[in-house]
Amino acid sequence: MEKRATFSNLWLAAAFIAPQMLLVFVFFYWPTGEALYWAVTLEPPFGGSNEWVGWLNFETVFSDPKYWNSVRISIAFASLATMLSLVIAAMLALFVDRRLPGHQLYKFTFFLPYALAAPSVGLAFRFIFSPDAGFVSAINRVWPNLWNPALDGWDAFLLIIFAQSWKMVGYNFIFFLAALQSIPRSVTEAGAMDGASVLRRMWDIQLPLIAPTLFFLIVINITDSFVDSFGIVDVTTSGGPARATDLMVYKIYFDGFEGKDYSLAAAQSIVLMLLIIALTFIQFRFIERRIHYS
Amino acid sequence: MIERSPLLDLFTHLLLLASFVALLIPFWIVFVAASHDFHTVNQVPMPLWPGSSFFENMAVAWERGNFGRVMLNSFIVAGGVTLGKIVIAALSAFSIVYFKYRLRMVLFWLIFITLMLPLEVRIVPTYAVAADALRPFQSMIDLFGIGINLPEWNLLNSYSGLILPLVATATGTFLYRQFFLTVPDELAEAAKMDGAGAIRFFLEILLPLSRTNMAALATIMFVWSWNQYLWPLLVVTDQQNFATATMQLQKLIPGPLFGEPPVWNIAMAANLIVLAPPVLVTIVLQRWFVRGLMVTEK
Repeated sequence: MEKRATFSNLWLAAAFIAPQMLLVFVFFYWPTGEALYWAVTLEPPFGGSNEWVGWLNFETVFSDPKYWNSVRISIAFASLATMLSLVIAAMLALFVDRRLPGHQLYKFTFFLPYALAAPSVGLAFRFIFSPDAGFVSAINRVWPNLWNPALDGWDAFLLIIFAQSWKMVGYNFIFFLAALQSIPRSVTEAGAMDGASVLRRMWDIQLPLIAPTLFFLIVINITDSFVDSFGIVDVTTSGGPARATDLMVYKIYFDGFEGKDYSLAAAQSIVLMLLIIALTFIQFRFIERRIHYS
Repeated sequence: MIERSPLLDLFTHLLLLASFVALLIPFWIVFVAASHDFHTVNQVPMPLWPGSSFFENMAVAWERGNFGRVMLNSFIVAGGVTLGKIVIAALSAFSIVYFKYRLRMVLFWLIFITLMLPLEVRIVPTYAVAADALRPFQSMIDLFGIGINLPEWNLLNSYSGLILPLVATATGTFLYRQFFLTVPDELAEAAKMDGAGAIRFFLEILLPLSRTNMAALATIMFVWSWNQYLWPLLVVTDQQNFATATMQLQKLIPGPLFGEPPVWNIAMAANLIVLAPPVLVTIVLQRWFVRGLMVTEK
C-alpha cells in the first residue's frame, strides 16, 4: 500500500528512521552475523584471531547426545504445553462465549496469569508443587515419595509443562474469545434454528470457524515455549534433575556463559534460529490464510 | 442464547467456576504462603487461609531482596523501554509510510525481520556486542583500513545496556505502520495544502490520532519489559546497583542446597512484590492490554 500524499524532504526521512536502524543494526544484525562467524570458527587457546573450522562446531554439537536430549525435551515440552493450554483455553472461551450471567467476571480474570514474569510463575509453581511443603505435598502424605520433582525427571518435566501452560492459557483465551466474538451471530442462530444443540454448534460451527486462530496460536505457543521458558526452568529445576528439563535456550545459556564456549553456544543458537525462522514462516502462511477466511 | 438448556447451563456454570478456582488458585496460594510464619508455611498440608504475618514477611522480603533499589531499577528499565519504543517506532514508521525513497521497502523489511528472532535466541552474540557497543563500527572502520580508534562503550551494568537491546525490535514499528496506512490520505493532503511541513503534520495530526495505539503499545511494552529475565541476568553483574526485580526471585529460592531452612513465606512475599506491578497494570489498563496483545501479534 502506498500513500498518495507524501513528503519530499529526504533528509528528514533519513533522520526519522536513523535511530531505529542504528539500534537494529547494532543489537540485531551485527550479533546475528557474529553468531554465524563464531559458529564456523574457533578461538585459539592462547589468543589471536579466530580460526576457520567450517562445520566442526556443528559436528561437535550434533554428535553430543546431551544436545539431542535437549532437542527431544524441548520438542516434547513445546508440543505438550501447547496442546494442554490450547485445549483448556478453547474450552473456556467456548463456554464463556455462551454469555451466561457472570461471564464478564471470567473474561476479566482468565488472562491474569499471562501478566506474570516467567520466573514469578516458576517460583510460585516451585512452591505449590514442592515435595515437602506447599499444596501438592499433601499427596506425598498419602502415597509417600509419589511426587518429587527434585529427584524424579518426569515429575520435573510435568512441573514445567504445568507452569508454562498455566501462563499461556490466559493469552490463548483472549485470542479464542476474540475470534469467537467475531463470528457473526446470524451463523450460530441459523444453526440453532435448524435444531443444532449448543454443543453441536460449538463442535460443527464455532470450532471450525476459529481454526485459523488456532493455527496462529499453535505457532505463537511453540515459539514462546522455546524462548520464554528459560525463566521457568531456571527458577524451578535449573535444567535438572539429570538434565531432564534441559531445554535448548537453557543449554545455550549454560554452555555459553557458564561453560564460556561461545563457538559451541553460537552453533546451537544458529540451529535454534533456523527453527524459529521456520516456525515464523509457517505462521506467515497461516496469517495469509486468515485474511482469506475473514 | 435462544433455547433453554438448564442442564447445560448448570454444567457451564460449574465448569467455569471450577476453572476460575483452578486458574486463580496459584495466586491465592502465593498470597496465603506469604502471610504465614516460617513454621506454619512448611506444614503439610499447608493452610489454605491467610495467617497474620503478612506485613512482617513483606518487610523482611523487601529488605532481603533489596527491593527499594531494585524496584526503582525495574521501573526505570520498563519505563525507558516503553518510552523508547513508542518514540522510535513512531518515527521510523512515519518515515516508511509518509516519505517516498528507494530504500523504503528494504529498510522496512530489515526492521520487520527482527520480529523473527527474539533476544533470547541470540543472547550470546548480543551480550558480546553489549560489552562494547561501538565495536561493530570499529570493525567496519578497520575493514576499510582507516586508522581511527573509537572509544570503548561498555553497556554492561548500565541502564542503557538493559534498555537499548530491548528497544531494538520491530513490534511497535509494524503496529504504527499498519495504523498510519489506515489514516485517510486527505488528512496529509489538507495539511500540506495549509502549508504544514512533515514535522508539523506528524506532531499535530498523526500523533494525536495514534493515541489509542500508543496506549495499547505502552501497556504491553511495560509489562513485557518488566518481566524480562534472561537479558538482565546477563548484563548485570553489579547486583547492588543494577539488579532488576525479576532477577531477585532466583536469589530468594529457598533450597536445602545452601543448608538454609526453606523460608517459603519470604520467597512468596517477594514474589508478590515482583508480580504486583505488571498484574496491577493489566487489571487497571485491561482494555489497553488486551488491545495491545491483539494488535502487536497481527
